[in-house]
Amino acid sequence: MLQIEKLTKRYPTGDLALNAVDLEIPKGQVIALIGPSGAGKSTLIRCLNRLVEPTSGKVTLKGQDITALGARGLRAARRKMGMIFQEYALVERLTVMENVLSGRLGYVGFWRSLFRKYPQSDVDEAFRLLDRVGLLAMADKRADELSGGQRQRVGIARALIQNPDLLLVDEPTASLDPKTSRQIMRLICELCEERELAAIINIHDVALAKMFVQRVIGLKLGELQFDGKPDELTADVLTTIYGEEDWEATIEKVDDEDLDEAVV
Amino acid sequence: MSDVTLDMRLGTKWRKPHFVKNPALRWGLIIGALVYLVLAVSSIEVNWARVSEGLIRGWNFIIAFASPDFTSRGTDIQEGLIESVIMTITSTIVGIAISIPIGLGAARNIAPLPIYMICRGIVALSRALNEIIVAILMVAIFGFGPLAGFITLSFATIGFLAKLMAEDIEDMDRVQAEAIRSTGSSWLQWIDYGVLPQVLPRLVGLSMYRLDINFRESAVLGLVGAGGIGATLNTAFDRYEFDTAAAILLIIIVTVMCLEYLSGIIRRKVQ
Repeated sequence: MLQIEKLTKRYPTGDLALNAVDLEIPKGQVIALIGPSGAGKSTLIRCLNRLVEPTSGKVTLKGQDITALGARGLRAARRKMGMIFQEYALVERLTVMENVLSGRLGYVGFWRSLFRKYPQSDVDEAFRLLDRVGLLAMADKRADELSGGQRQRVGIARALIQNPDLLLVDEPTASLDPKTSRQIMRLICELCEERELAAIINIHDVALAKMFVQRVIGLKLGELQFDGKPDELTADVLTTIYGEEDWEATIEKVDDEDLDEAVV
Repeated sequence: MSDVTLDMRLGTKWRKPHFVKNPALRWGLIIGALVYLVLAVSSIEVNWARVSEGLIRGWNFIIAFASPDFTSRGTDIQEGLIESVIMTITSTIVGIAISIPIGLGAARNIAPLPIYMICRGIVALSRALNEIIVAILMVAIFGFGPLAGFITLSFATIGFLAKLMAEDIEDMDRVQAEAIRSTGSSWLQWIDYGVLPQVLPRLVGLSMYRLDINFRESAVLGLVGAGGIGATLNTAFDRYEFDTAAAILLIIIVTVMCLEYLSGIIRRKVQ
């Protein structure tokens, strides 16, 4: 469903952030993108919806060449790629509902969005999603009144209301405590399964990634180093991606049940 | 890392490094500044005979505050005040309306370079020209009266608001705006959802602040013929009616304090 061919990004400073990355992701597959800071993980997912303009290479989503699109076409294509951010990236002074509905901006006209007159179907869907992530009661609160975990749930709802084919997830748990991190990862993966969504999740926490995803991609200095199942992540593989370290605790099977059961 | 070992540092004193590293340059700057200050102060000429004469006049003016005369020029004061208030409100509203697009254009992180240069140019021009100079020019063009004052204050408001708004936009959280862009929003939607909510509270606060600046300025602009309470004040001074002048100044002070109080309340509400 998503094909990435020879994707390269060189920043004006001369730094080569991505070097001819090839990747193919089928419908409904959730992958974790791991690698040290500065490996190009953020750049990679931002090149897919062209928040960062790739230098060369090709990105194809459902047969459509994203890299060749003009401004209007790009806006339409971005609707099909929901994005979830590390620091939640909610617009803090807007209400939770406005933040969720902002996911529909690509579908509604300017005047409707200016006066917050969204179609009833959008409003209903926003309520449904807020209920799904457990925040229905918070709809009219301002985003900056929420806790970190709650904000990330709103971020997830905003991405999903776009009705995307693909989720781009940038460090969803980096600002969260371990328990909330697990809940958020579980929520993202469950929702991907329910909606047959593909997702690329940038994540630093290798152990957490292994718990939830079907496939892991390792990136180092802008190049693909590893592509395989979570079980194939051995100490040797982690050493090639991150460098020498004692990896035993990271690759050990973690019992998921000991921390928490329920997703709120 | 470096060849400094712990033994070399133990027992030695530690001080915060100087801001200017070179000691000769550092002392040169300090002594140079002191010498300049002494020379500058000694170059001011004071005519003590003139001062002693002026002190009496100044004292009379201050005494007048004890017996301000609101009534003998009552209608003049009232008309001037109403004119000033109208001038202040209209120029602030027009100024804000024009400042918003110019402020957006003057923020480097959202405007393309040519638009940025034009908007920054307008801001620089507006800030470079003092209100009094603009007012003299406007009085020359439009004649005496509040129209000249209104245009002057609108023009000055643009420089003030657009510059501060642009700086606020440049300091905004980039990721919040990026998130809105990633939903496939158009440019205007992006401004409406991603940019304006971040800068709106400050914009409201600055607008209220500008409202009271404009009121104070309107009192000064009257001195060069641009209408308002300043014209009444000017007339009072010309006639040596210090008690009427004192009344006008008291009204200006009270009005500015009221605006200050009001803007405090509004700013707290929008935060």
